[in-house]
Amino acid sequence: MSRAKATTTNGAAANGASRRRGRSASKTDNGPGVDALHALEKSELLSLYRQMYLIRRFEERSAEQYAYGKIGGFLHLYIGEEAVAVGAIKALSPADHLVTHYRDHGYALAIGADPGPVMAELFGKETGTTKGRGGSMHLTHVERHFWGGYAIVAGHLPIATGIGLALQYQEQDAVCMCIFGDGATNAGAFHEALNMAAIWKLPVIFLCENNLYAMGTAHQYISAVPSMATKALAYDMKAETVDGQDVLAMYEAARRAVEWCKAGNGPYFLEAMTYRFRGHSMADPETYRDKDEVEQYRSRDPITAYQEQLIEAGVADKAVFEQIDREVEEQLEAAIFFADASPFPDPSTIYDYVYAEPIWETIARNGASEDSEGPRG
Amino acid sequence: MASTLAELEEMQREAAKGASRASGGMREVTYRDALREAITEEMDKNPNVLLLGEDIGAYGGSYVVTRGFQEKYGRKRVIDTPIAELGIVGVAVGAAMAGLKPIVELMTINFSLLAIDQIVNHAAKIHYMFGGQFTAPLVIRTASGWGQLGATHSQTFEGWYAHVPGLRVVMPSTPRDAKGFLKAAVQGNDPVMFIEHSLIYRNRGLIPDGEYILPLEGAEVRKEGSDVTIVSWSRGAILAMGAADELEREGISSEVIDMRVLRPLDIDTVAKSVAKTNRLVIVEESWRTMGLGAEIAAAVQEVAFDDLDAPIGRVGSIEVPMPYARNLERIIIPGKDEVIQAVKATL
Repeated sequence: MSRAKATTTNGAAANGASRRRGRSASKTDNGPGVDALHALEKSELLSLYRQMYLIRRFEERSAEQYAYGKIGGFLHLYIGEEAVAVGAIKALSPADHLVTHYRDHGYALAIGADPGPVMAELFGKETGTTKGRGGSMHLTHVERHFWGGYAIVAGHLPIATGIGLALQYQEQDAVCMCIFGDGATNAGAFHEALNMAAIWKLPVIFLCENNLYAMGTAHQYISAVPSMATKALAYDMKAETVDGQDVLAMYEAARRAVEWCKAGNGPYFLEAMTYRFRGHSMADPETYRDKDEVEQYRSRDPITAYQEQLIEAGVADKAVFEQIDREVEEQLEAAIFFADASPFPDPSTIYDYVYAEPIWETIARNGASEDSEGPRG
Repeated sequence: MASTLAELEEMQREAAKGASRASGGMREVTYRDALREAITEEMDKNPNVLLLGEDIGAYGGSYVVTRGFQEKYGRKRVIDTPIAELGIVGVAVGAAMAGLKPIVELMTINFSLLAIDQIVNHAAKIHYMFGGQFTAPLVIRTASGWGQLGATHSQTFEGWYAHVPGLRVVMPSTPRDAKGFLKAAVQGNDPVMFIEHSLIYRNRGLIPDGEYILPLEGAEVRKEGSDVTIVSWSRGAILAMGAADELEREGISSEVIDMRVLRPLDIDTVAKSVAKTNRLVIVEESWRTMGLGAEIAAAVQEVAFDDLDAPIGRVGSIEVPMPYARNLERIIIPGKDEVIQAVKATL
């Protein structure tokens, strides 16, 4: 499988090829992630762990709240893929932009959204990131230009391309990162977006999370090529495949992509090999993949692998991680309390936000009355 | 019955008659030039306004609305896109979210179907779905129309878009409305489907001197009358005016309402007219089934049932895919005669 190849390139980092923190050797001597292990501050390295653990536990608590009936509709968990979001977002600066698919909890948390409003959104509360209007698939964090999760597969790729167009048009030193799954690469919108980003040399990072399944169908049945990065080559786009289970390798690759785009070279395609430990959504019976495969991938958990890596490198000991874990649990307890205590949206606000500008109130209600004299509200 | 060229010439004669009644502060322009003026004024005023579309640059636009704009404003602001409507509209949605004011040209409304996911699932939803935190105020200019273009190039889908909360849908019939609405659409903060008509670009009409905008709301009474109300929009409103003139000569007084804005729909103006005339005929170029005329009829009877003295008359296209043959096409698209017959049936 294509994934095996990506995994082996990362083996060096996972095994701690250079465990001492100090001057980094040349890239050819080190595996992916090793430069980052040396370059990042201890606090930054631990922050990456904290974010991954926060996402993992947030998702587990969400699944529990779903079972309690607090969360409705779909719930697409990010468990197993945490290193992709955390590594990628680490490479972005506050001026950069983000657009994602619907499996977006991890990205919202990684880019700095408070778990309270994120959980409140899952609960459909007024205090949620989109005031209970968007739900799990449409989280946002506007302060960091996270323009939302989008729920039509591949539908947001042209949108990210348009944000890239705006950044270029306004001559901003920023990129737009666009997250999508391997399933999206078979859709027309993917190809239209990549083509336009390439011909106009837009600062867009197309980050494909290749978790091997488009919902419940393995990609060998639905994609002409096993490597999604291959598809970028048709648009003469710089492309690379990275081990998405290695947070530092992921961060390094994303940084290369950001630098490439900011230097005015046009878009960059990043394929992160990853695996979803849970079903597509809570409704998924997982009849399409066998238990052994799932167990095999679970055995290389991105969070425990990173924890071991940091311990081996002498960055922190077990006690430090236990302290972080406790803090995360408290944070999530508070988030759930916040979501529970928050009010549902007021039914009287049901027409709010349909339009950005007021329209005649009577017309908005599709009726007619005597007093529709002019704009209101 | 309608005949493309003959009707076009007649429309132009009618428009010229209107122009001869010119008064101070007004001047006569074509529908196309009204659009060009609106785009020019907005581009001159706001550097964030840009144009995206197929063949809008060197080619000048399929209906020649953007001719010369790329020379004037450069390739940065007048962007020739690939033939990829879904991508074009999606790019414009993203650009609009990030602070630009894109005006997209979709060559015809038939091709907008390729972009319908971006229009309906994205542009129309962004503001609501994200709790009002941001919006996607793009303007999509596209053209309805027909003229021996075959089954896939002769349709009109304004009703599909008018169905969707979050979109504003306008379909102006006059140069005055075309300019004022387009400027309002560009200056506004909501996504707008701005639907033109390929057979009226050369129509002439009066517009005010100097800058003006028209809010994207409200129907307009084009002609007052007492016996029957005829409601239509776009080219249909011009047809209705022609029919009303002929009916006038037979002693039948028609009130003609141009809906102009199809979402939000101004039923008040129609209901008030029906309270006076007690009869209503709705004229549309599209198929009647599930169409905008059906919605107008339903909404009117809800509020004006007691005012109606006859069943509401409806005129639309014959419900077949458009054939190429000229004689068949003439039968399919409603013309003045059909409107007159429908009016007489209500009396």
